[in-house]
Amino acid sequence: MAQIKVEALDKSFGTFHAVRSASFTVEDGQFLCLLGPSGCGKTTTLRMIAGLELPTAGTIRLGGEDVTMNRASARDIAFVFQLFALYPHMNVRRNIGFPLKCEGVSAAEIDRRVVEAARILRISDLLDRPVSGLAGGDRQRVALGRAIVRKTKCFLMDEPLGALDTEMREAMIRELRALHDRLGATTVYVTHDQLEAMAMADIIAVMNNGVVEQVASPRDIYDRPASLFVADFIGSPPMNFLPFHAALAAGAQSVALGDRDVAIPAAREAVAESDLVLGVRPEHVRFSDRGTVRGEVYGAEYLGTTQIVTVTTRYGALKARTPANLAFRTGETVGLDFRPDTLSLFHKASGRAIRTALHEGGVHG
Amino acid sequence: MAEVEIRAVSKSFKSRAHAATLAVSELSLTIANGEFVALLGPTGAGKTTTLRLVAGLETPDLGSIRIDGRDVTGDAPADRDVAFVFQQYSLYPHLTVFENMAFALRAPTRRVPEAEIRAKVEQVARLLHIETKLQNKATQLSGGQMQRVAIGRALVRSPSIYLMDEPLSSLDAKLRGEMRLELKRIQTDLGATILYVTHDQTEAMTMASRIGVIEAGRLLQIGTPREIYENPVNAHVAARLGQPSINLLPADVFAGAPHGAKTIGARTEHLAIARGGGDVSATVTRIEHLGDQSYLHLDLGGQPVVTLSDPEAALGAGDVVSLRLNNPLFFDATGRRLAA
Repeated sequence: MAQIKVEALDKSFGTFHAVRSASFTVEDGQFLCLLGPSGCGKTTTLRMIAGLELPTAGTIRLGGEDVTMNRASARDIAFVFQLFALYPHMNVRRNIGFPLKCEGVSAAEIDRRVVEAARILRISDLLDRPVSGLAGGDRQRVALGRAIVRKTKCFLMDEPLGALDTEMREAMIRELRALHDRLGATTVYVTHDQLEAMAMADIIAVMNNGVVEQVASPRDIYDRPASLFVADFIGSPPMNFLPFHAALAAGAQSVALGDRDVAIPAAREAVAESDLVLGVRPEHVRFSDRGTVRGEVYGAEYLGTTQIVTVTTRYGALKARTPANLAFRTGETVGLDFRPDTLSLFHKASGRAIRTALHEGGVHG
Repeated sequence: MAEVEIRAVSKSFKSRAHAATLAVSELSLTIANGEFVALLGPTGAGKTTTLRLVAGLETPDLGSIRIDGRDVTGDAPADRDVAFVFQQYSLYPHLTVFENMAFALRAPTRRVPEAEIRAKVEQVARLLHIETKLQNKATQLSGGQMQRVAIGRALVRSPSIYLMDEPLSSLDAKLRGEMRLELKRIQTDLGATILYVTHDQTEAMTMASRIGVIEAGRLLQIGTPREIYENPVNAHVAARLGQPSINLLPADVFAGAPHGAKTIGARTEHLAIARGGGDVSATVTRIEHLGDQSYLHLDLGGQPVVTLSDPEAALGAGDVVSLRLNNPLFFDATGRRLAA
């Protein structure tokens, strides 16, 4: 097993700059998700780690060794693709064993490792079935089996669950993470689905327009987003943004929103008068008759345990997550308050988060 | 808009190698005028076949379809006055957004005056927030805008019923969230009757007036989202709704199960958790911080249990907690719900 270290990685395709100075480290045995919208450069980054693309600049180290210019076959990695290309004319056993056969492993050894992989993936009873009749989840397990028989130092996965329906995907998320906990292989996993990343990763690297905007634990990414983009991309529904115009002194503990003061985590940097954005997560919005922001209920979405209430305000539509037993009428006027210690502040122009007491840890003790 | 009634409809398909498969089995369902009914079920449950039977794209083997009291079972799709929105928005790429939306109204059999077409398209475009895109070519739009046009093409007509087959599933998560709210709002404003097919429980829960849970061609239960969530008729329906999924545990894990109970169904709100051991103790195996909430994975004597925990509860893997039940659901050996 091995550490993966990516330093100042750049990739251009002609005039298109796909990846800009990407740096991150995946420690031995860690599970890192590269997360971002389509076209953000996450798959290109993964393909460079695999050796399927050569970087324009930068280095890639695998277990300390510089492999930047090594061919894919000379890197000790296994790749799982989104479209699991199984060989349709082979049964499950031969599909899983195929990579070993290509490496010239003895038949007895192939058999032993295929049986072991099948046991780990709980598909032992499918080994002699043709792959054509398998359900989506089982096909994906076979594709994973082909990766794990090789006992490589690391796994690279490109949206391996993207083709499955919601229910199967949720089951596979838990299964993949449990598999990772058993095997402990260093893993880089590409996805555009923030829930997959939040549920599985030890570390998330959020990418946008070829740039890695933040590398942190799922909890830090959620609680302390480094940019407007990250705050908006993570969370369902995403963070609410309230634009305002003000200057901020270092140490300030409130900002003026319209004619009301809103308490914030103490500012740790001074900001000249400019367009700023206050960010509040839906679960930190509270209903209160004397609330700071007033608005009209636009709709409520029942989710069982909780509901999402959308309120039209002068700052745009704000969403609040509340218990499902509170009743709201469409058109009703309500007041909203925000939980002070969890609020984020951003520069509107650059999108960068403003440093506050929030960044000194301790929101969750 | 009109009431649509599906009466004891069955439909099977023959395939080359296999015996006929029963796609829809004695399904009965009435969609009231102005109602939004969602059919929820996994791939292959028979949801899309039901929709196609109402549309007239398939003919039932048995049973009948009535629209506004009239038996339309033998009618061609064009004579049924229904509008269909497909998962794949097949827009005409060479036409503008306006022309795409006006297309159905310009059919020779309809003879809608041009001024009326214009007024209708503009009104619907405003509802869908695409009024500034009317002169764009359909191919110059983003995925979300294209799907709005596809929905708009149906909305310009005033059919008896809108039939929608997973219309949001090709959109990304964020857009899907926005469109859910919009579609519900538009349906309420127009008083539209909608039969909507989805495998996404969030879509069904947030938009539908009533949800029909369908499995292997049969309608298992029909009711409001709250009825289905709080009062499921069997373990299968209970497992369709709720995130995290309901925990189905052997009845003897906790004391006090009623006679004949084989399984306890415990949702997050049915489980009280306290630090330290108790009558029933479990070990924390993993905590997933999903942001607004955390999934607490527990090992209860070899049974996995998943429940929500406060993100601020300082629990970690290896910690021992005690579990108490609070009005859970009970099911018998066949999965049927038992009174507590």
